Amino acid sequence: MGTNIANSQLRVLGATERIDRWWLGPMLVLLGLSGFSVYATWAAFQGEHYFHESYLSPFYSPLLYIDTAAAGSAPIEHAWIGAWPEWWPSFLPNSPAFLILMFPGAFRFTCYYYRKAYYRAFVASPPACAVGGIRQGKYRGETFLLLFQNLHRYALYFALGFVVILYYDAFASFFRDGQFGVGVGSIVLLINATLLAGYTTGCHSFRHLIGGGLDCFSCNTVCDVRHKGWSLASILNRKHMLFAWLSLFWVGFSDVYVRLVSMGIITDYNTW
Amino acid sequence: MPERKFRVWRGDDNGGDYESYDVEVEQGMVVLDAVHLIQSRQANDLAVRWNCKAGKCGSCSVEINGKPKLACMTRLNDYAPDETISVQPLKAFPVIKDLVCDVSWNYEQNKRIPPLKPKPRDKDGQFRMMQRDVDRVQEFRKCIECFLCQDVCHVVRDHDAKDKFVGPRFMVRLASLEMHPLDEEDRIPKIKEEFGSGMCNITRCCTEVCPEHINITDNGIIPLKERVVDRYYDPIARLLRKIRG
Repeated sequence: MGTNIANSQLRVLGATERIDRWWLGPMLVLLGLSGFSVYATWAAFQGEHYFHESYLSPFYSPLLYIDTAAAGSAPIEHAWIGAWPEWWPSFLPNSPAFLILMFPGAFRFTCYYYRKAYYRAFVASPPACAVGGIRQGKYRGETFLLLFQNLHRYALYFALGFVVILYYDAFASFFRDGQFGVGVGSIVLLINATLLAGYTTGCHSFRHLIGGGLDCFSCNTVCDVRHKGWSLASILNRKHMLFAWLSLFWVGFSDVYVRLVSMGIITDYNTW
Repeated sequence: MPERKFRVWRGDDNGGDYESYDVEVEQGMVVLDAVHLIQSRQANDLAVRWNCKAGKCGSCSVEINGKPKLACMTRLNDYAPDETISVQPLKAFPVIKDLVCDVSWNYEQNKRIPPLKPKPRDKDGQFRMMQRDVDRVQEFRKCIECFLCQDVCHVVRDHDAKDKFVGPRFMVRLASLEMHPLDEEDRIPKIKEEFGSGMCNITRCCTEVCPEHINITDNGIIPLKERVVDRYYDPIARLLRKIRG
């Protein structure tokens, strides 16, 4: 067999015959994911103004420990375990977000959609279709250092738990002192939980586990039920990228909203 | 009739370059029409592979302005009137002449795939499948073997790892066999070790270029990767398999 044409040219970063704006997509992804990461890190380091009346920022839920001395923190009865522990390193702020953000972070980092997004935008492997990627001595794909990506389903199990918790937070936000009411914040939190549920149950691993791993959908009643689950997950899966971005934006927005209300910068319109 | 500028790659295995042609075009023409006009009026020795001219044989795969496409399904009015249209052979495969590549590597990969091994027949001597069991597989049967997905896959194209990864087209074929309700063959070890499911980093270019709109990544490659995870990387799944025997 001979050689493919311009093989050396292909190995140069950005080399392509494409004349369209192929760089626009990766650039937007780079900006979007970088912007979110910077904001989420900043918000996690604050450790305050994450709670207001019945609203709890999704960046901080569930509250395992609470430092009640922090401004805009939740009352101690909201803590799953108790008061802020003594063993916490002093160089870190007493922020409940540090204890939980790794789980949704791991789910998004190992997500099949985000993998495409950041492989293209951050490591140019490749930056776009039919565009030369970054030079790599020996390409190994996801067989070597990236082998951990195969554990995506374990991140999914945690993410499903977070969906339940965030729905609980959203429904709890409709009640203050036992009285039902509706606030802009409760609607924001309900939309947040719904978008995250759409993103999580449209996940490729979820789709596989619920039924995609079967070869026969009609063999018995259980398979039939799993086929229905797989069909529903497939509908969401077709919009996985959309849910990935909407839920990412909205979870950040939810934190911003609760933070601004807690700080007294904006007023939460509600029926209470 | 308006004229359009074309650049067509001319050469062979030893090298080559673009040559420019001005072509009188008509409404409704596709790139393959223009290439045929060049061939008939300006460059009789221009080599181009084509057959059905209906997007169903997969013969006329080329790269048009840098994107892998079927020449017969790419309309000229997809491009601005003053835009020069460049046509070159698939970059991932050796050139035979001009726009014609040697894609025989793909056929060699196909031969490596263990074929369907059907379950025993039902007592009445029939094979039975329900429609919902084969819906998934039918999507993969749309493949016309144009090899655009193989061409755009950066594992094959940039990294030239043809010895480690079988390519998207054959991951789809493997998926169609693995998900087949009547099949009993176990290909998972080969999918991991020999066909290189781990080499794919799911950047989805194969799906983007597929002229049959097969969802190669989401419906073919990722489900296979998940089946490999079931077998090799998921300790709970492994434990459950042991308990169930």
